[in-house]
Amino acid sequence: MPALPSFVPYLIHTLFPPWVRRPTEIGAEIMMTAGGAFIVYWLLKNKKLQWLWNEWLTTVDHKKIGIMYLVAAIIMLGRGGLDALMLRTNLAMPTLHFINASEYNEVFTTHGTIMVFFMAMPLIFALFNVVVPLQIGSRDVAFPRLNAISFWLFAFAAALFNLSFVVGGSPNAGWTAYPPLTELAFNHTVGENYYFVSLLMTGIGTTITGINFLVTILRMRAPGMTFMKMPLFTWATLNTSVLILFAFPPLTIALLESLLDRVAGTTFFGLAHGGMPMMYVNLFWLFGHPEVYILVLPAFGVFSEVVATFSRKKLFGYPSMVLSMTAIMVLAYGTWVHHFFTMGAGPAVNVFFGLSTMLIAIPTGVKVFNWILTMWGGRLQFTTPMLYFLAMIPTFVIGGATGVMLGAVPADYQFHNSYFLVAHFHEVLIGGTVFGLLAGVYYWWPKMFGYKLNDHQGKWAFWLFAGGFWPTFIPQYWLGLEGMTRRMYTYPFGMGWHTLNVISTIGGFIMGAGFLVLVSNVLRSRLHREVDATGDPWDGRTLEWSIPSPAPEYNFAVIPTVDERDWWWEEKQRRQSGEKPAGPKPEDIRPIAIPKNTPVPILLGAAFFLGAFGLVFTWWPVALTGLAGVFGVLIYSWFQYDHYRILSAGEIRETEELLGRLGA
Amino acid sequence: MRTWAKRIPLALGLVAVMAGCGGPHAVVLNPAGPVGRVELNLMDLAAITMGIVILFVMVLFTIAVVRFRDKKGNRAPYTPNVEGHKVLEVLWFIIPALILTVIAVPTVQETYALAKVPAKHPLVIDVTSLDWKWLFEYPGQKVATVNHLVIPAGQPVLFKLTSDAPMNTFWIPQLGGMEYAMPGRVLPLWLESYKPGVYWGHSGQFSGREFEKMFFSVKAVTPTAFNAWAASLRKTAPAMTVADYHRLLQFTTVGYQSYSSYPAFTFPSVTHGFTLKGGMYLLMHNNPAHD
Amino acid sequence: MSSQALHGGHKTPPQELPPEFQDQEESIKITGFWMFIVTDVLIFASLFATYAVFVNRIASGPTPAQVFQLNTALIETLILLTSSFTIGIAIWAMRQNRQRMVTWWMVLTVLLGMAFVSIELTEFAGDVAAGWGWHTSAFLSAFFLLVAAHGTHVTMGIIWAVALLFQLRKRGLTTVTRRKLYTFSLYWHFLDIMWVFIFTVVYLGGRLI
Repeated sequence: MPALPSFVPYLIHTLFPPWVRRPTEIGAEIMMTAGGAFIVYWLLKNKKLQWLWNEWLTTVDHKKIGIMYLVAAIIMLGRGGLDALMLRTNLAMPTLHFINASEYNEVFTTHGTIMVFFMAMPLIFALFNVVVPLQIGSRDVAFPRLNAISFWLFAFAAALFNLSFVVGGSPNAGWTAYPPLTELAFNHTVGENYYFVSLLMTGIGTTITGINFLVTILRMRAPGMTFMKMPLFTWATLNTSVLILFAFPPLTIALLESLLDRVAGTTFFGLAHGGMPMMYVNLFWLFGHPEVYILVLPAFGVFSEVVATFSRKKLFGYPSMVLSMTAIMVLAYGTWVHHFFTMGAGPAVNVFFGLSTMLIAIPTGVKVFNWILTMWGGRLQFTTPMLYFLAMIPTFVIGGATGVMLGAVPADYQFHNSYFLVAHFHEVLIGGTVFGLLAGVYYWWPKMFGYKLNDHQGKWAFWLFAGGFWPTFIPQYWLGLEGMTRRMYTYPFGMGWHTLNVISTIGGFIMGAGFLVLVSNVLRSRLHREVDATGDPWDGRTLEWSIPSPAPEYNFAVIPTVDERDWWWEEKQRRQSGEKPAGPKPEDIRPIAIPKNTPVPILLGAAFFLGAFGLVFTWWPVALTGLAGVFGVLIYSWFQYDHYRILSAGEIRETEELLGRLGA
Repeated sequence: MRTWAKRIPLALGLVAVMAGCGGPHAVVLNPAGPVGRVELNLMDLAAITMGIVILFVMVLFTIAVVRFRDKKGNRAPYTPNVEGHKVLEVLWFIIPALILTVIAVPTVQETYALAKVPAKHPLVIDVTSLDWKWLFEYPGQKVATVNHLVIPAGQPVLFKLTSDAPMNTFWIPQLGGMEYAMPGRVLPLWLESYKPGVYWGHSGQFSGREFEKMFFSVKAVTPTAFNAWAASLRKTAPAMTVADYHRLLQFTTVGYQSYSSYPAFTFPSVTHGFTLKGGMYLLMHNNPAHD
Repeated sequence: MSSQALHGGHKTPPQELPPEFQDQEESIKITGFWMFIVTDVLIFASLFATYAVFVNRIASGPTPAQVFQLNTALIETLILLTSSFTIGIAIWAMRQNRQRMVTWWMVLTVLLGMAFVSIELTEFAGDVAAGWGWHTSAFLSAFFLLVAAHGTHVTMGIIWAVALLFQLRKRGLTTVTRRKLYTFSLYWHFLDIMWVFIFTVVYLGGRLI
């Protein structure tokens, strides 16, 4: 037989190993190929390729990047939710083998990983991107091109992670990926490589986003906007960015060391040669606990905006809101060991981290009380975003209370890794983060697209989603008390676990229906949109509502001078009383520099993707080609100087005139 | 009318349904030993304290939602410019702190109390988690079992946990909380059964494909019966050879097994120095199966 | 000009600042670079933590004292500290607007960096020849990862500096190249400080154990 290049049989073997070929995989491969071909065909037929490239793929506009994050996050919510329903179906009855053990293990791993890294994080960044520059009166973020790089690193990492389902097998060691289960000795398919590589990739993007928004908020606020006049969502972004800055480096190292163990023969966390798995656990949770607050602080920010707007009242206790949020940010670094009280750190360490865990409940409680008192003396409007806020209060309070119970160290020995824990973190992550982010999406949708999402359908989606939530997760607390531990793919008869599991599964499907209604809400609202010409459909309070929807590419024709917290609320009254003109004066408008589109971010993402794919299969020529590509694009971009194009004052005046925004 | 008040009875009803069908199986709520009892007491205390907080918040919340709706003729006061209330805001910090002290103090006490075995020379059982089975070795009795555990009732038993495979946690919910069994370390956990009885245990840490099969049975018997059981095992059961241990290391699930003796290397030998104050990091013993 | 328009032109930095801070946009980029250094410090902190935990876990491999050659490390330290001095002079010259001087001191910095990397690579080659790789023990894994992470950073710095030299020749000392030189010098000083930590903790510390 003529000698093939040595990598060819290797590639065939690794891409198509006999033990991972499953009907589901082949089906998914066919569907993905067909879907991709159809999209390309549609784009070519409608001559949309050029449009896509110019308007979206090479854009550096924070508003468009935010929308791309949003689309990706909703798709990932669908994927992660489908995973969840597969898990729930398998657990509906004892010894039900809807999917087998190996598949179940892959599915719960991808469910957790996707929901945390590829759904919640991009949804948060979507809101950061869309809202923060508008809220602080800025023309863009501090580093528009880095912002696009962050997005494309995330997008390609998400693509890579999802590719694992069809090529080579998915990771199967849980979203925490504790060694030595992830070591080659116990896990010889490429699944875990996918996990480590794609998380490293998206982690780089996330870190850059953290830096970007931190600098944006520190350096680019409108004149007069002191720290204590910043809207609370901006405060949340600031605190989240600091958390990202300090939390992601330990994760990077934990992932890198695990990956090196698998692909380069190091012995950090293996059983032989002195490796120590517990080091991974420490590094991972040093990231993991701040990550919890990275996920929830933005939601707190959204709630603070939503409750004030729809109570038609100032936020209650602004200084204590800021103080509590910052306290949470600081304390978040001091609680990571509570994820493994049961790893024998000794009573002194456990007591310290148990108390710090309880301590963090105090500022969280302060926020809840302040929100309720914001409603007190207001006039509540039950719009969809407000409903998500209202649903959050009982959910988050119960989830927080069980969190305190988990912090009571001896009790945690019983709760640890049981369904009680599963119920707890879903209750805070869905009740806090997801409700918050959905509230934010409904609230700022008109700012992004210029029309509201249909409120009636939105409420249907809400009642299904929030209504399905309770029967899904409340039974799981009890299942934990009945001794059911997490990540079991099935369970024997006679444990008494089936009734509650059935209820939980039914609840899960109701939530799934809620997601479908949400998607149809988005699509139908787009078809039957009623354009909002005011730019301020909710009668808002902060800067972003003072400009047209969707915002023009330069955001603010003239940057306002901010003199109070709810600047737009006060400004509206001043404008009504004729104290101030209704818009920027034409003579105040100056030329504006707009960052130019650039292909660098998407090319960088593609080069990373190529290198990462090579790394997953330890196919070094591809990996090195990708690395060379990364350097090539970076060096090319270092020599680029002319990043801006100038919009003349005349053009801006015309646009503003067209939007009917010019003051006399 | 979609008020939140409407949903509260629904939630309460659900809890009642759950309590009804799950009651007898709630192993954590029916502790059969002092460790589980202490842990349950703390859970109860935390649940009651937190329940009071939840109740207070929910009442306040419900009133706010019902009273301040935006509808015509609502005569509740409308105060759009209220910015805060200094005293209340400080109280929000102080009262929760006081409430948490109620939980924090016993937490500290019990954490320290449970770290000490309440006996000078407790019965020691060396536990090794394997893929996907549990190996129990009785260094005092010189016998070993797989997937089933026999302990004397009415006295504390000290489990020394390690793993020769990915991490697991050793959990007998009715006797008390779990602790990790992980490679390279030996962690202590003591449990006690008040009376003779039969319980089940499981792992709480996912450890691979057949993780679900990491169940084991626990039988608490009188001390006399325990000694008799160990003596009979020494007479009737086969001895565990090195080859037997290597078979256990393989990725398999097995039923119950008993052995009259076991090779010395199967449990990390450097265990004698460990203290209950936090275990110690151990060098991995040389294990041919993983090289 | 452009940056003033982009950022609204409302915050003009005071003129007594060094030139690389006077342009609003470039000054924001320097802030951003500091944030990047924060994350990189934490990357190294995590690597140091790994090293500290793994230093005694030598399995059947060599002890730290067997691996480390203090002489080489000392030479490396001197080289890198000198390069910190040369980049300092380059920045001083930049503020004096002396482009030729900037170029030559930058070239010197790059050469010193290259000398450092080649000595490090020689040291690694020696270890590998002695049969000590990062597969040998957890200690060596942690050691190689920490030191190689620093070495990779230095290598990236060299590539960056060379690219910067080309830009300097083409464009001269502009607002942008000044800022790029300044951030490069921040990066280089940061790497020196990291190396001082590595020298102290790893090499000197390894002697003590």
